[in-house]
Amino acid sequence: MIRLFANADYDFIGVRKWAYGVTAAVVVPGMILLAFTGLNYSIEFTGGALVQIRATGATPPSAAELRSALSAGGFEDAEIQSFGSDREFVIRARLSAEATGTEDEAQRTAQAVTRALQERLGVNAVVVDRVESVGPRVGGELRQKALGAVLLSFVATLVYLAFRFEFRFGLACVLATAHDILTTLAFIKYMNLEVSLIVVGAILTVVGYSLNDTIVIFDRTRENLHKYKREDLAAIVNRSVNETLPRTVLTNSTSLAALLALLFLAGNVLRPFAWVMAFGVFTGTFSSVYIAAPVLMAIEKRWPGKDARGVRARVQPAAHRAAVEPPPAEA
Amino acid sequence: MVDSLKARLIIIGLLVLGSIWSLLPRQVTIRVRGAEGRMTDTTVQRVPIKLGLDLRGGMHLGLEIDRAKVTAGTPSDALDRALRVIRTRIDEFGVAEPIVQKVGLDRIVVELPGVSDPGRAKQIALRTAFLQFQMTDKQGLFRTALPGIDRALTAAGVTERSVGTAAGDTSAPRAAGPSSAVEDILGAAGGPQAQAGADTAKAQADTLGNQLGQGPLTPLLFAGSLPGEYLVREEKVAIVDGMLSRPEARRLLPRGFVLRWGAEAMSRGAVAYRGLYILEERPIMTGEFLVDAQARLDPLYNQATVDFELTRRGGRVFERETGRHVGDHMAIVLDNVVQSQPPVIRSQIASRGQIELGSASLQEAQDLALVLKAGALPAPLQVVEERTVGPSMGADSIQKGIVAGLVGIALVVLLVIVYYRFSGLLAVLALILYVLFTFAGLAALGATLTLPGIAGFALSITIAVDANVLIFERIREELAAGKSLRLAVDAGFKMAMNAIVDSNVSMVLTAAFLFWFGTGPVKGFAVTLILGVLASMITAIFVVRTFFMVYLQRRPGLQTLSI
Repeated sequence: MIRLFANADYDFIGVRKWAYGVTAAVVVPGMILLAFTGLNYSIEFTGGALVQIRATGATPPSAAELRSALSAGGFEDAEIQSFGSDREFVIRARLSAEATGTEDEAQRTAQAVTRALQERLGVNAVVVDRVESVGPRVGGELRQKALGAVLLSFVATLVYLAFRFEFRFGLACVLATAHDILTTLAFIKYMNLEVSLIVVGAILTVVGYSLNDTIVIFDRTRENLHKYKREDLAAIVNRSVNETLPRTVLTNSTSLAALLALLFLAGNVLRPFAWVMAFGVFTGTFSSVYIAAPVLMAIEKRWPGKDARGVRARVQPAAHRAAVEPPPAEA
Repeated sequence: MVDSLKARLIIIGLLVLGSIWSLLPRQVTIRVRGAEGRMTDTTVQRVPIKLGLDLRGGMHLGLEIDRAKVTAGTPSDALDRALRVIRTRIDEFGVAEPIVQKVGLDRIVVELPGVSDPGRAKQIALRTAFLQFQMTDKQGLFRTALPGIDRALTAAGVTERSVGTAAGDTSAPRAAGPSSAVEDILGAAGGPQAQAGADTAKAQADTLGNQLGQGPLTPLLFAGSLPGEYLVREEKVAIVDGMLSRPEARRLLPRGFVLRWGAEAMSRGAVAYRGLYILEERPIMTGEFLVDAQARLDPLYNQATVDFELTRRGGRVFERETGRHVGDHMAIVLDNVVQSQPPVIRSQIASRGQIELGSASLQEAQDLALVLKAGALPAPLQVVEERTVGPSMGADSIQKGIVAGLVGIALVVLLVIVYYRFSGLLAVLALILYVLFTFAGLAALGATLTLPGIAGFALSITIAVDANVLIFERIREELAAGKSLRLAVDAGFKMAMNAIVDSNVSMVLTAAFLFWFGTGPVKGFAVTLILGVLASMITAIFVVRTFFMVYLQRRPGLQTLSI
């Protein structure tokens, strides 16, 4: 039998200052960078055109050749990115900020980009694999909707947690989740990943994952508060983190395994998604162990509760009974 | 909880049977256009799981109706009408399993899976196809008004040069109206009549300017070969159009008349001319009364034509109107562009007629016949969003997605079996059911599997595994605490329940928001994630528990467990 971290007894609460330091070291420079340069939003959000081409000729065109073809067509600002191989390229043309154009301007831009490439490189030398065009108003709407979805999912989760746990637990969960969002944004910035709809989806999923981890630990804390009435909160939180450690490690290993498979094998379309998710699983685990638990402690210190240990544990009746009495034998 | 082992096994059996039933290949009827252009209904057998456009290739269009240009009825009526027209057109075009649906107040989403020629499909969906028959200005009212227009333009300080720079990039096709595509297709070569017309134009070339004196506009116009026709050099089309659309010129145009450009340039030697037609605003007939349209290649000139037939009522009106205009010229105007040179009406025309398309190909004529038959759009539509994925990229994505998904699952399975041995094996057995349930859910809901959906599937497997990890870890702890095997197993399932439910609910909540705001592929991700989490609850809690119960019942004396 393999038992990882069985009967572990690490002092997670003790090293919280180090953990805060690591977080700050990741988040602060990232946020400063963000404040000055902003995120690299995909055309889904900004409005614009994306054309993905694949060269079919014997010698694929270089990025410089593409650049000159695009410049000749009047798209000096278009971004060219190689997409996996030296034959595949993604060209993005964003709508200029002062574009007074109508909604179908993006559409016309996509056509013009395709035409410009085909004229210069030959109609049969390039195959158009993917075209996306999004009008500026549609992009703006999507941006608002995405922001709304992130905020609403936050509120809904908080309400659920408030219902299931004591408010302090919910607050600690949300702070840990906020930490995950910040570190993930910093990661996106460092990696210069493009923020597309699916990447926003990944961020939301990271939130779900991180909550998942935190909830498991807090669930155990809730149970232990009842079980070990004489221990103080620090000891109980530490015990809970240690007790759930094997699960934390194993579950997140399986998640990472699946995500690494996606990262390396699922192709370029999913790669940004897989990067964000993989980092998110990592940071979610980190925050559950090193942020959520100590923050719960800090909240407790600042606003002590009524009983000796400060926390009024609202234990679920079922869990409570099971903890003290043997469960009824099943048939 | 269901405690009787028998009842549990029956429930699992029913779930499995139901899932298999919902995944059985079934007959699907699809309409496809054969090589010779005829529509055929074919029936295919396939598994009822829809693949997203990103996996099978195809086109997604977000269309928006131009509210400002809705002439009759409310915008929402217009949208409904546009929806019907587009649906008919797409059905006739012959795409397997298209989606045409209304989104919000002013948008229509069109999804065409596996369409091989996106550009053509787009044109068929978007073409307004507003057909009008209008008489040309036989009294020469425009010509009488020309000196006045010239004076007004001069007074406003308009010169050819000022308009030329203002018009700037405005290319000829744009000036000629919304259906610029027609011109792109038809190219610059003139038809046989155009040739004759251009000869006359040459003969009268300098007379118009000399007769009517100087001004910014008149020198650019040449008299055509029929009343109400003027010719403009191709490179001056944008300038003339710019001048004529200025308010001071528009005011002076004869009342009840409109200006329309011809579809094709008439080339003569090195010089290409474009027809400018002065037409009575009131059409004598519109495409509303059309019942049938057929494309045909005129064997004599090798010219594509569309034969049309009007309704009985339309035929009567047309007969009366053409009877009144014998000897006059009638322009056939499609989306505000004049098709070929307006022919003279020799005698009454009843319910049948034809539209000559100059140098267009038979396929273009077929497309025109199709959109005419399906009816005109109540207002022009704009493409506000487009996503097109080529079939090879779709095939590549699905292959990579499946490989990545399988490798991911294999890694997870390996980890679980290595770590939990026999109990892990039970969990993996349950995973097979989990995969079955998830796909059955996809099929039953009619949900679409997308590339991110495959990723969501791989992720939800780890969630399924997590539930088992929670349970198994708990069993280990209970065993370590000295509980007997059976009590430990019971406690494991019971105590892990809270954490499993809480964490899965929070996951479903976030996925539900993702579903709400996402489009296409992202929606697919949210759906598989939600279905996966639900299926994982069933398998991890219910199915694995049953497996344990079966195992423990068969070995009553068992004291240790491989976990």
